[in-house]
Amino acid sequence: MPGVPEAFSVARAAALGGAGWLQQRRLAAAEALQDAELPSPSEEEWRYSPVGKLRLETFAPASPEPANGPGGPLNRAALPAAASDLLGSLRRRLGGLSALVVTCDGKLAATEVSASAEAEGLAVRPLGEAPEPAGAPGGVGSPPADVFGLMNDAFCSAPALLEVPAGARLADPVAVVNIVTMPSLAAFPRLAVVVGDGAEAQVVNAVVSGGDEAFAAPVTEIEVGPSARLQFLNLQELGPCAIGIDRTTATVAAQGHLAVGFAAVGGAYARCRADCTLTGRGGTGDMSAMYFGDGEQVLDFRTFQNHLAPDTTSNLLFVGAVEDRARSIYSGLIRVGAEARGTDAQQTNRILKLSEEVWADSVPNLEIENNDVRCAHASSVGPIDEDHRFYLESRGVPPDVAERLIVEGFFGEVRGRLPVQSVAAGFDEMVRAKIGPNR
Amino acid sequence: MSELIVEGLVADAAGEAILHGVDVRVAPGEVHAVMGPNGCGKSTLAHVLAGRRGYGVTAGRALLDGRDLLALSPYERAQAGLFLAMQYPTEVPGVNLLELLEAALGPAGGVAAADGLGAVLRAEAERLGVAAALLDRAVNVDLSGGEKKKCEALQLAVLRPRVAVLDEIDSGLDVDALRAVARRIEEATTEGLGVLAITHYTRLLGVLQADRVHIMIRGRIVASGGPELADELERTGYERWDRPAPAEVAVKLGRSF
Repeated sequence: MPGVPEAFSVARAAALGGAGWLQQRRLAAAEALQDAELPSPSEEEWRYSPVGKLRLETFAPASPEPANGPGGPLNRAALPAAASDLLGSLRRRLGGLSALVVTCDGKLAATEVSASAEAEGLAVRPLGEAPEPAGAPGGVGSPPADVFGLMNDAFCSAPALLEVPAGARLADPVAVVNIVTMPSLAAFPRLAVVVGDGAEAQVVNAVVSGGDEAFAAPVTEIEVGPSARLQFLNLQELGPCAIGIDRTTATVAAQGHLAVGFAAVGGAYARCRADCTLTGRGGTGDMSAMYFGDGEQVLDFRTFQNHLAPDTTSNLLFVGAVEDRARSIYSGLIRVGAEARGTDAQQTNRILKLSEEVWADSVPNLEIENNDVRCAHASSVGPIDEDHRFYLESRGVPPDVAERLIVEGFFGEVRGRLPVQSVAAGFDEMVRAKIGPNR
Repeated sequence: MSELIVEGLVADAAGEAILHGVDVRVAPGEVHAVMGPNGCGKSTLAHVLAGRRGYGVTAGRALLDGRDLLALSPYERAQAGLFLAMQYPTEVPGVNLLELLEAALGPAGGVAAADGLGAVLRAEAERLGVAAALLDRAVNVDLSGGEKKKCEALQLAVLRPRVAVLDEIDSGLDVDALRAVARRIEEATTEGLGVLAITHYTRLLGVLQADRVHIMIRGRIVASGGPELADELERTGYERWDRPAPAEVAVKLGRSF
């Protein structure tokens, strides 16, 4: 198996600078990388994935020059034109915000915080300026899930920290937008979100790229404090030639509530690994995803619902459609630890196959070490139900319209479950646009 | 005016011959009842007319206003004015009734504006005793058998077809609901709706006045008459008509010799 290309060197990681503790972690990760191998589909974790097609040698991590700006208000004029366009269309869908963070090609381009969010104590800053957290960069994403996580640890050039202090209530969502326009850049967006005791917040984290080849491996760490509530929506809107390998990992403390959602339409190959670990009694982690793959796209989801404390609840609903020659992979694991009596865990994956040539696989798994639990998983993979189609047609609905109604209806439940509904609705339009052309 | 003409219809399902030459002629405003025991081919007749997949027509024809129904796809038949009220209405998750009706009527639908359609739907729902809460649900999902049947009648009322095939519309409906549905259908007939009501029991005909009654046995209409035929059926049951046709007798005799 191939190793990591030369450009991903210890020297490159060292040059990124930042606070001492962050530098040390970057170096340790970069050193570990030198002996690491790229994954292959023969490993269970990467089964069915086209990860072997990633030509990592054509990409290199961000260089430290020019240095990250200090943040501050967005200056659209300073962005490359392509980035400005991508941001513009997304910005309209985001609506009113508590804060906006923009990174472009691995550099911090803007941090804006509204006056009301500032009054609530919301802090948005480069991670390197924060005191040293326990564990790898943000404290939660440790150990890295795979070699791409290790790369992110080593080469995240503009890691950001979003802190919602205890008791704060943010009226509007916070948006973090990562734009990739450089075709040769390996982008490693990094975000840590910390929601304090009893605080409430909504966060949208987007990764977007243009039509060129691109490679992005974002890592997001989420820490939901006791009795805190966080809605977190991940928007994957990569371009058609891009490869995205995302990891989102969260911990939820006692009585905390996390709703994390993934909305994915882009990428030639887009993988999303999502971990939600319930560490405190009575914590809840809801996970949802809505995705639509067409053309030759491969959309790949791996989920982990980890119950480590008693009376914890997790409810997962991943719903996707594939058309043309697209492929989709779902594998999910519910893990219930010995201490987690009274766990209630649900996992549902539904895939609609919209052509004969698509391929979809759905693999649910359970690993339970306590008897006093309720766990259920369900998965379905199949084409449009002929009876549904006939029923609509028998009322006079033309076949193309009937199919569109059925596909939109298929997404109905998950659409309502996605977090940050004000933004998720805009994503819905993107899915409609994909459903539309042939119908 | 709208007339449904079925002539010499021969059809099979999954390779098995079900209809052996069915003739029915429904003039505008007329109610025809097709009655028969289980398995006689009543529902097959409904499905063949609506164009459901899985049925083959090997002879005969079906015309609506002179148009060859059998040459049309299911939605074209519906747009030509045919409506099928299903015996077991399909649950369609994620698609609500208003959305369905809007799509069925199309941009040039009989009821112009979308707000207009919503108002028509609510008014018709009230007349049929369909709870307003059901209108926001996905079509037929989590509805009781009776509620589904009422929703079929509701769609009929809004879509205003020329000819309606009602497949066991009475099953699942309580007395009051059945009466409301029958009243609404009768009212539509005064505006020219032709009805082909398929039913197992004479119960429906107690509330929906039939002009003609046909008795179907083993894929054939063996008797046709006025409403009195239903009364006779009520007294004697289907057995009286359920005799093998002469040709079948010959075959059976031939085999036994």
